[in-house]
Amino acid sequence: MSKRVLMQGNEAVVEGAIAAGMRFYAGYPITPSTEIAEQSSVRLPQVGGTFIQMEDEISSMAAVIGASVAGVKAMTATSGPGFSLKQENIGYACIAEVPCVIVDVQRSGPSTGLPTSPSQGDVMQARWGTHGDHPMIAVSPSSVSECFYKAIRCFNLSEKYRTPVILLMDEIVGHLREGVEIPSVLDVEIINRTVKSSEGHQPYEGDIHEIPGWHLNGGGRYNITGLSHDLSGFPTNSNEITDKLIRRLMGKIEHNADDIIEYEEKYLDDAETVVLCYGGTVRAAMSAVLEARKQGVKVGMFRPVTVWPFPERRLKEISPKVKRIIVAEHNYGQIVLEVERIVKNDCKIDFIGKVDGTVITPAEILKRIKEGK
Amino acid sequence: MAKMELRLAGSGGQGVILATIILAEAALSGGKNAVQSQSYGPEARGGMCKAEVIVSDEDIWFTKVVNPTFLLALTQESLDKYGKGLDKNCVIMADASLEIPDCIKDNKVIKVPILKTAREVVGKGFTANIVAVAAINEALKLVPFETLRDVVMARIPKGTEAINLKALEEGEKLAKTL
Repeated sequence: MSKRVLMQGNEAVVEGAIAAGMRFYAGYPITPSTEIAEQSSVRLPQVGGTFIQMEDEISSMAAVIGASVAGVKAMTATSGPGFSLKQENIGYACIAEVPCVIVDVQRSGPSTGLPTSPSQGDVMQARWGTHGDHPMIAVSPSSVSECFYKAIRCFNLSEKYRTPVILLMDEIVGHLREGVEIPSVLDVEIINRTVKSSEGHQPYEGDIHEIPGWHLNGGGRYNITGLSHDLSGFPTNSNEITDKLIRRLMGKIEHNADDIIEYEEKYLDDAETVVLCYGGTVRAAMSAVLEARKQGVKVGMFRPVTVWPFPERRLKEISPKVKRIIVAEHNYGQIVLEVERIVKNDCKIDFIGKVDGTVITPAEILKRIKEGK
Repeated sequence: MAKMELRLAGSGGQGVILATIILAEAALSGGKNAVQSQSYGPEARGGMCKAEVIVSDEDIWFTKVVNPTFLLALTQESLDKYGKGLDKNCVIMADASLEIPDCIKDNKVIKVPILKTAREVVGKGFTANIVAVAAINEALKLVPFETLRDVVMARIPKGTEAINLKALEEGEKLAKTL
């Protein structure tokens, strides 16, 4: 039996992570993500896990990688300024193929910005914050219930594809409290990393789009490095091997896009206008779309749940069928760039971007929906 | 039930966020949908603090209050700020120590000695938020007193049950004698 309880988005992340098997958390608290550290410090000892408050965000990310290499599902949480600091080690986890989950509860930036105000200004940073070509998965929840289930999904994706996954939240959802049913018996699958014996296998062997098996859990020994490496894990200067490595790293996400990508659509069947948004902004957009529908306006909503990889193919199917896409996001224009790249001249693109630390309201979206009609 | 949009405002440290959490939890226990959110500055104490609850029988999409149906103000600053631009149907509960600004002269304004009651009758100033919660619950007929009591008892530190119960009873009394 599950009971409906009032829970905060940040708290639900912790419950989801624990349900997914998180048994290690290292972090440095920062608004508006602090409740994730706080709740992890309470909950992890109860389930035999470990919580460490580290001296900063850099070491937190390093500790998470170390824990995961030792076979423990690990997570850290932060906000913009801390997310910046974690980037170098996120790249390390990408190339060393270490599964882990990084929660970024976005707040207004740049720098320390407006610590308690909502924003979605880290969307491009989530994709390209660490240097070099690297794969990236980022998932953006828009309700407290989704904070629970998407935290599980982030762990599943990270274990399955041996890659860091970002739970890209915003203050709107992180600090929101609403009724949520936490199932006493989990109704979703939990994925654990594949474990191969080191005997007869190289730690990084795998064909072009394959995910190497995880060896350390199997008791083997191998080298882990941020340098380009061969199948044994040792550094190499070979251009040929490096080319293969990078193409395999990118390919393991690209070629499994259908498994990874998730999106939500509302009222698209006859829609002439589509509001495209993600995360906390979905709440205002849905209010506006429902109100507009009441007034007889043919409008729908398209929402990438995985912001990265972006649901490019689906958007390309939608865009020639509609007159206009309104992108609404709490930044100066980030996902709208991706939308422009994909949609090109298929339809008109409008943009609502907010950078003053306040929330985009349904009235603002409704006004724009009706203006262009 | 019509959708209720409650805004509670005061000074950081007065417990208005906890008050909204309790009201949201109570509404949820009463079988309603509820969302709670807050906005505050980086100060630990003393800055203006606003917290909100939306209660509805239907799905709640947008999480912030747009047109408050109810405002609680515990400080003059918050009353002056959030008193502006209110719909004429919005009910305002202001601490009895506050001066009512002209902009809400046409609204229903309930002056309640919340801070004084907490300080002098309950005996601890910090119980003001619990006094307020009970007064609001009674004024808006949100949930039965027992439901509210159970929610409060589950949210407070052990050993503070007696004083919080007293705060709840006094708060309800304040609203009943209006």
